Amino acid sequence: MAEETKAAAPAHTSSSNTKWAIGFITVVLAIYAINKFYLPTAPVQVKTFFNSWFSLTSMGEIMIYILMALGLNIVVGYAGLLDLGYVAFWALGGYVAGWLMSGHFDQWTVNFFGNPPAGLPNGIHLNFLLVLVLGGVFTAIWGVIIGAPTLRLKSDYLALVTLGFGEIIPQVMVNGEDIGGFNLTNGTKGINPVDNIKLFGYEFGPFALADKFLIYAALAGLMIILSLRLRDGRLGRAWLAIREDELAASMMGVPLMRTKLASYAVGATAGGVGGVAFATLIGGVYAERFNFQVSIIILSMVVLGGMGNVWGVLVGATLLAWVNNTGLVQFGNIINSATGKNIDFPSFNFLIFGVLLILMMLFRREGFLPEARVRLIMHEEEFSEVAVVTDDIEVEGVHHHEHN
Amino acid sequence: MTSTTASAPRASVNVGKLLTRISIVLIAAVVIYWLGRNFLDSPTQFLSVGITGLSNGALYALIALGYTLVYGIIELINFAHGDLFMLGAVFSYFFLTSFLGAEGATPRNYAMLGLTLVLAMVFCATLNVVIERLAYRRLRDAPKLAPLITAVGVSFVLQFIGLKWNGSAPRNFTTVLPQTSFTVAGVVVPWNALAIISLTIPLLLVLVTLVNKTKQGRAMRATAQDKDAARLMGIDVNKTISLVFALGGAMAGAAGLMFAQSVGTVAYNIGFQLGLIAFTSAVLGGVGNLYGAVLGGFLIGVIQGFNDGLPFGPGQKWSQTVVFTILILLMVYKPAGLLGKATTEKV
Repeated sequence: MAEETKAAAPAHTSSSNTKWAIGFITVVLAIYAINKFYLPTAPVQVKTFFNSWFSLTSMGEIMIYILMALGLNIVVGYAGLLDLGYVAFWALGGYVAGWLMSGHFDQWTVNFFGNPPAGLPNGIHLNFLLVLVLGGVFTAIWGVIIGAPTLRLKSDYLALVTLGFGEIIPQVMVNGEDIGGFNLTNGTKGINPVDNIKLFGYEFGPFALADKFLIYAALAGLMIILSLRLRDGRLGRAWLAIREDELAASMMGVPLMRTKLASYAVGATAGGVGGVAFATLIGGVYAERFNFQVSIIILSMVVLGGMGNVWGVLVGATLLAWVNNTGLVQFGNIINSATGKNIDFPSFNFLIFGVLLILMMLFRREGFLPEARVRLIMHEEEFSEVAVVTDDIEVEGVHHHEHN
Repeated sequence: MTSTTASAPRASVNVGKLLTRISIVLIAAVVIYWLGRNFLDSPTQFLSVGITGLSNGALYALIALGYTLVYGIIELINFAHGDLFMLGAVFSYFFLTSFLGAEGATPRNYAMLGLTLVLAMVFCATLNVVIERLAYRRLRDAPKLAPLITAVGVSFVLQFIGLKWNGSAPRNFTTVLPQTSFTVAGVVVPWNALAIISLTIPLLLVLVTLVNKTKQGRAMRATAQDKDAARLMGIDVNKTISLVFALGGAMAGAAGLMFAQSVGTVAYNIGFQLGLIAFTSAVLGGVGNLYGAVLGGFLIGVIQGFNDGLPFGPGQKWSQTVVFTILILLMVYKPAGLLGKATTEKV
């Protein structure tokens, strides 16, 4: 009962959105300012501290993870469809950047406001912004291709098909060195280097990490705005309706297939844009990076923060991405040097992400920053037929949510 | 106006059906051409590859049974099942090869192999029951997303156990089952393929008898149909579900031992891929259907064998892609599987 009264109050009014948005912008600008203006003249200890705990590469990676987690949030959190192969879209987006922003296809020479390395004009070199758009469109098309035949399946089958898709795409990339004599993906060697970003005459070179970080933060910010706006719009409400009760939604005139496909397409687009951005962050595309674990890490971000809640996912993505790329290694080093042991801490991420998913599902299904209605759904009493008909019969196993 | 809106969807459905039919015929034609050409080109190689495929298929069938049993009773795709199989394989290596020191085909080692088979089955069955008790049972009435995500989490935890137990590198060892083969009329038959098939078939028979002929089996089928009605009929639903997890786990344990003994390698990450392939087998046969899982397992094994071993074909590096493409095509054309019945959603 207490649960219900709490949930009845709207959890996220527009004023709390403003607060979160101001917080996000402040943090981003603070990171930028520290790295751009303070660190170059800071004492060495401060520099090493920042470089090992909050390096700009890891900060940029966090922004890209936020972008992708918000994309997956649209599929899983808004529309309630489990996608276990999200990494496929990341890979496809990455390869779009590899194909259109590098010297990989050196049989052609194209330069459209691009930035080919000095003296190496061969290959396709398009402008970064154009590649972002193309990467998004390309993965959106793939999202529809994989979604169209499978979205009418039951949710658990859908999870499996997406998982299969997430396994096929990376294998195609690994084996794509020689498809009928054509080198599509350069196999396990990957495509590198990917061109530096060049916007309006300014080149974001390998040392302009702080400026690059701003680009990724802007992309993440754009995705935040898009997520919030979409959620309140007609499409977003249709997604939530489907998530809560597909049958009822369809009775109310929500076109199921089209709405689900839209969620797939938007989610895939975010994955693709994230893929392009990541390729420019690390300056290359490598097929082995796209494995199942990545799909699960992104899913954990959505689950940890609270499915459907943009700010929750933002916090979840920030935390987990940081733990994954910096925290685990750094804490591991500290513990190892303190105890004199040599424990391989990064290998513990299997355990951390696994236990996290299990515990969250068992004890806090709605995530740490839940959306009010998700909390209600996740703890909805699902009466079985017997419990409804004969409510006074105490049946073990039917009522156990109440004891949680 | 009304007539056009009414006829438009019907026309699109017909076009869709026609497209479906045409694409099925096209796919079938390509597969038949591929198999026929390979068979005519080298019949003995075709059969040898088929036999290897059958023995892999037997393993897939054993693992697929675990998926299908669990799915049949609580409608959960148990993502962790493949990793349970992996732990069975790792257990069998540590017990048989490392602890008992059984390497090579001697009578004593065969006896030890039998002992390990039983222990691996018990080990995996116990583990599976514990997992169900700790993780899945509390989520039985939760929204479907919750147990599914939990299963993914359990899979990660099991992989971690495998990683710490077995180490990150694959372990190679000398198997008890002989790695040699004999030739019948030009067709190569590996001894271990024969051993696996002859071990698997009795296990499958025992399981099918258990489910179809015994009182416990009847309880399982009743629980799968309607848990509440089963409960009212005096069936202990929790115990029945535990038993199903135990049976599935035992099959995975047996498959783990046989896998380790046929390839002579164990690694912590074999479970994910093999589990997914086995799940594809279960879906191919019709998930929830025991015979379907067995049929699907053998079919996928043979298809994979043909793909990996035949001279004209995509080859081994595309093995996974071929299997998962089958999975996706199945989902598109026949989600109920070969032997499954199409279910309609209850309102």
